[in-house]
Amino acid sequence: MTDFLLRIANLCRKELLAIFKDPASRVILFVPAIMQSLIFGYGATYDLSNVPYALLDQSRAGAATELIAHLDSTGVFHRVATLRTQADIREVIDTEKALLVIQIAPDFEQQLSAGRPAAIQLILDARNSNTAGSAAGYVSAVVERYNAELRARAGAPPAPLTIESRAWFNPNLQTRWNLLPGLIAALSMLQTLLLTALSVAREREQGTFDQLLVTPMSPLEIMIGKALPPVLVGLAQATLILLVALFWFGIPMAGSLATLYTGLVFFTVASVGIGLSISAVSANMQQAMLYTFVLLMPMMLLSGLTTPVRNMPHVLQVITTANPLRFAIDLVQRVYLEGVGLATVWHNLIPLSIIALVTLPLAAWLFRHRLV
Amino acid sequence: MSGFWTRLISLTRKEFRQLLRDRSNLAIGILLPMVLILIFGYGMSLDVKNAPVGVVLEDPSPAAHEAMAGLQLSPSIAPVLLGSMHDAEALMHDRKIDGIVRVPSDFSRSLAAGNARVQLIVHGADAGRATIIQSYVSAALAQTAIRQADRGGRTGGADAPAIGRVTVEQRMWFNTANTSTWYLVPGLIVLIMTLVGAFLTALVMAREWERGTLEALFVTPVRPVEILLAKIIPYFAVGMLGLALCLLAARFLFAVPMVGSLFAVVLSSMLYLIVAVSLGLVISSVTRNQFLASQVALIATFMPSMMLSGFLFDLRNVPVAVRVIGHVLPATYFMDLIKTLFLAGDVWPLIWRNCAVLVAYAVGLLLLAHAVTRKRLD
Repeated sequence: MTDFLLRIANLCRKELLAIFKDPASRVILFVPAIMQSLIFGYGATYDLSNVPYALLDQSRAGAATELIAHLDSTGVFHRVATLRTQADIREVIDTEKALLVIQIAPDFEQQLSAGRPAAIQLILDARNSNTAGSAAGYVSAVVERYNAELRARAGAPPAPLTIESRAWFNPNLQTRWNLLPGLIAALSMLQTLLLTALSVAREREQGTFDQLLVTPMSPLEIMIGKALPPVLVGLAQATLILLVALFWFGIPMAGSLATLYTGLVFFTVASVGIGLSISAVSANMQQAMLYTFVLLMPMMLLSGLTTPVRNMPHVLQVITTANPLRFAIDLVQRVYLEGVGLATVWHNLIPLSIIALVTLPLAAWLFRHRLV
Repeated sequence: MSGFWTRLISLTRKEFRQLLRDRSNLAIGILLPMVLILIFGYGMSLDVKNAPVGVVLEDPSPAAHEAMAGLQLSPSIAPVLLGSMHDAEALMHDRKIDGIVRVPSDFSRSLAAGNARVQLIVHGADAGRATIIQSYVSAALAQTAIRQADRGGRTGGADAPAIGRVTVEQRMWFNTANTSTWYLVPGLIVLIMTLVGAFLTALVMAREWERGTLEALFVTPVRPVEILLAKIIPYFAVGMLGLALCLLAARFLFAVPMVGSLFAVVLSSMLYLIVAVSLGLVISSVTRNQFLASQVALIATFMPSMMLSGFLFDLRNVPVAVRVIGHVLPATYFMDLIKTLFLAGDVWPLIWRNCAVLVAYAVGLLLLAHAVTRKRLD
């Protein structure tokens, strides 16, 4: 038993040395993880903070000016152009000078003072329909506030119905809050998978894998020795991103570290299992990398990181059950934001274990059978 | 000059053979685009449709039921009537519902008095979705309130002052279907071009560096330019194949309109492909090793072109530093081009501007690749 552990420890040490002896790969394994979590943490936001708009005010009346003043005071909307005719709309939208154009009809003031509904036209650049939808929502909210003011000024009671809105787990509804916990899993998987897939493929390409097989080590020991270092690297990367989320972005963690790391260990082992299987079926490093990529892209896109899994058609949802990242993201987000314990997220551990239990023996089997 | 062409043609033929011999290259050139097309077209969606929202009516009055009926009208929300807040909270914890609308027991009384309150709780873990649900629920309930107020005004006597109200009529240009598929599928072209161009080239060249076969080539009469061109051409061809697949899928599978001209789409894609391939060449000649080249290519291309190019997230809303990074990426300019060409049409000022930037990148990167290749050998 001690021999067993000793041999594994030695192989691990050798593997870690192989990874870290090159200063460039030391940098590449950790600096990008931190940089990407910072950049994406700031960059990945569906919240609007700067909406350039153009105004076509045909009424030139007090009410319209007042409404626009409300819009400008939000700090989100910035007027970039004041249009004269309807024909000018196309140019500002087409060239992306403005995300939206607000058109106020000549009879706006008359309608309003006559006590009738007066419409403003909102023309949105929906090349990104998501952004356009949010911008429309923002304008509507401003208009609602203005309507409330009109009522108050007319001496009418405030709107008969108010909606008290509250968001659980993410009080200010910031995209960053759900993205960063997701990145803890996603970014660490990117490199863990590649690192693992390459570790055996490289040895095979250079012929040192055969040497490893003639050592007194059993295939199981080689397997563990090869799997453990990337698991450690993956966990280290995840920790760095966790630290960025916690201390740089100050996103409070509701759950326990123990639960989080339990999930991450299962996830990383499953990823490493996939990586080792890739390297077992690849003849050389290039193939290992390409296969990794062919798997990685769908895994990232079907993980729920950028678009929700629930929006996917049923068939694809079934396919995502083979994707460890899907379960890891669910687990990490729920533990981090909602503070749930293992009792709630244990069901994510099952598919992760199955993936590990299939891929690791498969890789071990493939290693032996491709060489004989 | 004829020597240049013979050498180039034979080298290119060799590269093509090498490319076709390895199944993994074809996997990335053909299989991956096809898988991605299906995922982007069918699987990825940011639209909120029929989001389950629990409704707890603590007041069984007709007014409360009318509020519930108002919610049913919205195509984005699927209200589910629940017995108690306790049940609702349990379902919310299991993420079975995205939000809870609570109509308190004094609802109809306070509505008559003109100060009713409805509580809305959304599950904030997916912030984007939660925001959309918030605005849809608010809009649906506001309609109910207006109907109630109109009725109240009529019964309350003719002396009540008529109060004007501003309403918003919105028109979505370029995406009349208002579906995220329409911008996700064109965005896919950017990802595939980046992938095939930069990633594949970086890898293949790095392998030659690592094995020393590139040095071996340099002692033959071929010139570095010829080697670089011969490397570029096959991957360029694979990239164009990916483009063709995307265009066909966009047109016939997902019916995404292509308002702009096909000529402009193909031209700008070719330009971007040259940029991506040159980027791959630079990465490989700087790293000269497959492991590093693949890591750098991964970090420099895939994630940034997905996260920072304006594909999913609007660059107008990010901090200046991130916006600058986004505008350093050539993918950002191509993303703008392709989305405009597909959805808005041939907006020439925008096309020329972005194409000029891409040409500058292509020239700059090719010169850099050439310089780095030569310098390293001297």
